[in-house]
Amino acid sequence: MDAAAHAAAHGVFTQTEPAQTRTAEAPAVAIPVAAAQTMVSIDNFTFGPAEITVAPGTTVTWVNNDDIPHTVVATDKSFKSKVLDTEGAFSYTFTSVGEFQYFCSLHPHMTGMVRVKVP
Amino acid sequence: MRNHDDEAPRPDADGIDRRGFLECMTWAGTGVLWSLAGGLPSAVGLGTALAAETPAAKPFTFLQISDSHVGFDKPANPDALSTLREAVARIKTLPVKPAFMIHTGDISHLSKDKEFDDADQIIREAGIPVFYVPGEHDLLDEGQGKAYLDRYGKGSRGAGWYSFDLNGVHYVGLVNVVNLKAGGLGNLGTDQLEWLEKDLAGLSSSTPIVVFAHIPLWTVYPEWGWGTADGAEALGYLKRFGSVTILNGHIHQVMQKVEGNIAFHTARSTAFPQPVPGTAPSPGPMKVPAGDLRKYLGIATVDFVRGTEPLAIIDRPLAG
Ligand SMILES: [Cu+2]
Repeated sequence: MDAAAHAAAHGVFTQTEPAQTRTAEAPAVAIPVAAAQTMVSIDNFTFGPAEITVAPGTTVTWVNNDDIPHTVVATDKSFKSKVLDTEGAFSYTFTSVGEFQYFCSLHPHMTGMVRVKVP
Repeated sequence: MRNHDDEAPRPDADGIDRRGFLECMTWAGTGVLWSLAGGLPSAVGLGTALAAETPAAKPFTFLQISDSHVGFDKPANPDALSTLREAVARIKTLPVKPAFMIHTGDISHLSKDKEFDDADQIIREAGIPVFYVPGEHDLLDEGQGKAYLDRYGKGSRGAGWYSFDLNGVHYVGLVNVVNLKAGGLGNLGTDQLEWLEKDLAGLSSSTPIVVFAHIPLWTVYPEWGWGTADGAEALGYLKRFGSVTILNGHIHQVMQKVEGNIAFHTARSTAFPQPVPGTAPSPGPMKVPAGDLRKYLGIATVDFVRGTEPLAIIDRPLAG
């Protein structure tokens, strides 16, 4: 399954760069209205918090606060941001439960995890 | 040959452990004489040279430039393009014109066409051939490296690796910035390692080897990802050669190490400095007083001189 198909099946992503906005195609599954939002900040080559636990339907947004570009890439390739320059953001809505490991493909020592479970 | 592993480095006044470095570089005895003919270096077998009239021994020099990060405009250096321009101006003032230049990656900051165009336009002014390998910042285009390969990858294999011979020295450009694994370091991959093994197989052990790649091939500081996961395998193929010089970038500071016959060297960036490992919370761009920036940026020249000093790498900051 390619990333887009996987995203359609399990979640949806959007990415905001300082000058442009990109939204993926509508997901195959319904997203709850007023879904929860969670932020992960990238500072000093670190995802903070490195591990988060969210309910299904939560949109996680990563924001790069470093002076160096980073990416957010799922280890199983289910989601993948474009390069995030300073203040660039990437959002992904987690619709299925599971543990989603991710890393920065430019600086692979940067790793994080999103745990999706029903509260 | 003595092993320097157990000896503390003794840096020169300029911070380079040159004594230990030169001691270990032994290929002065390979019977190859370096001279410059028609603007390009040419090797003359010692026998031929002695039979003919002895040409003046001229040094053969090439140059390493790295981490231009064209497009970078953050506080650590708001104008990475102009410091690249200064580096090229510095090249033009060198007493001996280098035969060619090796760029060890991160030409651009975000792999944008304009950044590559700007870099090319300035680097071209040096007026010498350039051999590139990509840094991770050069593979950020939609095609994940297609832009780099279209521009610089002619005649290369895979993600852009290649080798060439020039006057008895075998040069190998490696790519260790693709398919990086979560939690890991730089990565060469099995395809490239197989190619490298074959590439070196036919060479005599007395052939001097110069290897260049973006991320250091030896482990500098794994906590910051400064090393190559499968670098040891590549070094294994290089062990039998009498003289191996490995040139890297990525860490934006000069570091040198000698291990057996292998000399490692990293070059300064022309864009911004990065901290000494462990001295900062992250390897991000290091802000220094504006007046000091050019002491942290620069280029390196690599001199092959017959006889006395077989190989010397001289780091040249943009300002003292
Ligand atoms: Cu990163």
